[in-house]
Amino acid sequence: MKECFGWTGTILHIDLTNKKVIHDHPAPEIYRKYIGGKGMAGHYLAPYATREWTDPALPLLIFTGPLNGTIAPTSGRGTIMSRSPLTGAICDTSVGGRLATQLKRAGYDGLVITGKSDTPCGIEILDEDIRITPTALHGATSGKVFTYLESSMPKGASMACTGPAAENGSRLAAVMIDRHHAAGRGGLGLVWAAKNLKYLTVKGTGKTRVHDKEALKETREDIFRLTAASPVLLGQHGFSCWGTGAIFDLMDSRRMMPTDNFQKTRFENAHELNAAAYTKEFTPKKHGCSGCHIMCKKIAQDGRSMPEYETMSHFTALIGNRDMELVLKANDLCNQLGMDTISAGSTLACRREITGQDYTPASLLDALHEMAQGGDLGQGSLDFADTCGQPETSMSVKGMELPAYDPRGAYGMALAYATSTRGGCHLRAYPISHEVLRKPVATNRFSFSGKARIVKIAEDMNAVVDSLTACKFTFLAASLEEYTKAFTAVTGVQISGQDLLKTGERVYYNERIMNAANGFTASDDDLPARFFTEHGTSGGGVDIPPIDREEFLTARANYYRIRGLDENGNPTQEATKRLGLDQ
Amino acid sequence: MKRLCDKYAAKLATQGLTAPNDPIIGGLDAELVWNRQDPRIEEFSKLFDMLSINSLVFSKPAEPFATILDFLAGRTESAIRPEDTETRTFLHDIPICREFSASAMAASLKQRKAVIIPGEGIISCGTVSPEQGFVFYSSTIFACFVLFFSDYLNRLRNKTLDDEYREAFQQTIKNLPDQHITPPEQALGPFSDEDTVLAAMAESGRHVVGYGLVDSFFGNISYRLNDTVYISQTGSSLDELEGCIDPCPMDGSATTGLTASSELSAHEDVYRRSDYRCILHGHPKFSVIMSMDCDKVDCPNRGECHIKCTECRTVNGIPIVPGEVGTGPTGLCNTLPPAMASSGAAIVHGHGLFTAGANDFNEAFERLLDIENQCRKRYFDMVKSYE
Repeated sequence: MKECFGWTGTILHIDLTNKKVIHDHPAPEIYRKYIGGKGMAGHYLAPYATREWTDPALPLLIFTGPLNGTIAPTSGRGTIMSRSPLTGAICDTSVGGRLATQLKRAGYDGLVITGKSDTPCGIEILDEDIRITPTALHGATSGKVFTYLESSMPKGASMACTGPAAENGSRLAAVMIDRHHAAGRGGLGLVWAAKNLKYLTVKGTGKTRVHDKEALKETREDIFRLTAASPVLLGQHGFSCWGTGAIFDLMDSRRMMPTDNFQKTRFENAHELNAAAYTKEFTPKKHGCSGCHIMCKKIAQDGRSMPEYETMSHFTALIGNRDMELVLKANDLCNQLGMDTISAGSTLACRREITGQDYTPASLLDALHEMAQGGDLGQGSLDFADTCGQPETSMSVKGMELPAYDPRGAYGMALAYATSTRGGCHLRAYPISHEVLRKPVATNRFSFSGKARIVKIAEDMNAVVDSLTACKFTFLAASLEEYTKAFTAVTGVQISGQDLLKTGERVYYNERIMNAANGFTASDDDLPARFFTEHGTSGGGVDIPPIDREEFLTARANYYRIRGLDENGNPTQEATKRLGLDQ
Repeated sequence: MKRLCDKYAAKLATQGLTAPNDPIIGGLDAELVWNRQDPRIEEFSKLFDMLSINSLVFSKPAEPFATILDFLAGRTESAIRPEDTETRTFLHDIPICREFSASAMAASLKQRKAVIIPGEGIISCGTVSPEQGFVFYSSTIFACFVLFFSDYLNRLRNKTLDDEYREAFQQTIKNLPDQHITPPEQALGPFSDEDTVLAAMAESGRHVVGYGLVDSFFGNISYRLNDTVYISQTGSSLDELEGCIDPCPMDGSATTGLTASSELSAHEDVYRRSDYRCILHGHPKFSVIMSMDCDKVDCPNRGECHIKCTECRTVNGIPIVPGEVGTGPTGLCNTLPPAMASSGAAIVHGHGLFTAGANDFNEAFERLLDIENQCRKRYFDMVKSYE
């Protein structure tokens, strides 16, 4: 596709084995079919989805969406995708910072990186100038890499890199972006290391062409009004003021804060460790991704990233720690080593349950260093628990550790954890929005009634959001109704929100097809047994019983039917054809 | 799902928005269920194949709303644009579908959350719960009611009224519900413990809905006990507040207000500036209509009055302030608290009415009801003066 509104029409292919660079111009129907971001990345991953993460032919995909580089609110997100070394399933991560915006401004809708460099290297992109540069930064912490690159790259360039965890073979290896942002989940940093890729820098000087600037401005105002009316986003207790840690108190009061490796659902010290306590102690400042007015990211006065909600919870309640400074140290250490904090925290909790040994500040930080060395602990909780002969202590789905929302306190979340194509992830359907945050309306969190279809529709919608690309948090206030207008204003493509949802369905089904090709079945769409047999921490008028196994299986069967899968969770020819995924 | 379909069908009728037994509400998880049987269900069922939705609400509005909707739809080409700020924020506009077929309805519902089918009714949908369709249905009626009466007054003043509008107006006012005069007796304050506060709030919330002083069941309500503000949760039904009230400490020591009403900041600031103990906020229709009534046709802020009006406007001494929902730079959190602190009541332009009480909800409710009745009387006095 030649350059048009919204998209640049160019995908950059970089082969690190032979240092070849190719410009690809996909046909317009490919863009219509997959939009961008997660959708386009999945399209490029599909032919190679069964390759091992060590196979140079497995592509590493970094994609933007049509809204990147425009004034559409929260449009600075992008996608990094490949096959997960941690789970073996597909793995895409929505990433913030400046990466997607700069890539788009440089003239590319996406990067497809294949091959393996014979020596550690970095990729440096400045508009059409693309360089593959040998680097001596192999093994360096992310902080050192960023400091080095900041001194040598143009102002405003976006930078992404791995830390030592990736180079040492940890399956929890993350990709750090612009110092404070992470593509944390699924061990994607290890895919970078397998290609001998240490860093990527991008700087662009172009602009995204917008079809109807006035219509985009009008929609932008609509979205601003909706976010201003949202207590969760811009309210005085919302993410903008306190970061995602604002949800900490709610998880405590709803008795769904995973505690002691999910053996309990309430941490008695939680009230001392909430967002307000962190703010009082560290007086953080606001920070955000490109194009975002919500600014949910928080940075401490000394420059360290403040922990997100999941990190606050997993580095305290899940592992029995009450020291906020230790949480900041652990969070910063994970960032420096390039490791996913959710999986790291959960793997620490798994080891604590198996060994029965509590952490001291020193032993906790030592354990994180050990994890980054890539040994047993660095392979994630499932591998570690297996090695110890106690696989049931890994609180994971498809091998990916669960975030900080106990599924016994939110049954839609339970189903969404199980059906998530990348494993234990809360963001595919984000049922917390209606089960806890009351958006768009509240649902009964202790019931599976209606949840199968709600989860399916939400998965489709978030697939669209990650393809446009925008931030999922904005959809706690706005909806596809407004973002479809933004999409049309930017691209000139007349389409409805419902039609975009069909695209989201295609994007998500494509992921089910890839996972099925890698042997994933219904037995992988399941939760750890603990949630069906053990009570959570009841009290305060809230009862947290185990999840009824039969009700869960019925809801999952309903989900398969609604999603167009067979009873074993596998794709069907009929749905594959209907969604145009058979070509 | 069936239980939810039944619940919201009953609510539509209870609130006088539809005739009893008229609503048709469908909900889909693995199986499609309806609150009742009806020949039109065959056509509605097709919508679940055409749209990614899980619920659908349809009903012909009760009078006088049916007359209003059909009149406005008859004069509008493709979509009605609400003038009140709340529905404008959340609905943007309301498409009109002139064909009762699944394909035509689907085409409109692909654009917006609620659609008017002239002569037939309103159809709305949701992706999570039938509650969404109920809210969109109710908000559509509210928006059209406010638009109809506002536009009538403006045209009367500008001498651009036509006979058709006069006829529709006469037909409408014949069917207007009688106004309530006597407020209910509620628990006497001040309250000294959390349980009593929660019970009093739930009681008052039910009365606000029962007296028709809200759009659907929205609005908010709060009580200050020591240095904690108890406030209804965002999107909560004021007639079902049990378990839906958040305690929010005023010292910033917790973020439990994450699910609180979007007006928490405004409520809290009123309490900081005054000795009031409770606040009620509803969307009484004539208060909203009168807040938007202005004869300054050449005002440079025309069209943006809800955020830019600089006039010191009142209705019988009750201040009218600009301000949008929430906490943005043009949010009512900036304009409402000073007005409330000085007069104990204020109307937010195109939005709704806030009243405060010194001890309990009796005083706040009485003012809420009285101001709405004053606004209603003033509206018809003005109509009479222009005729």
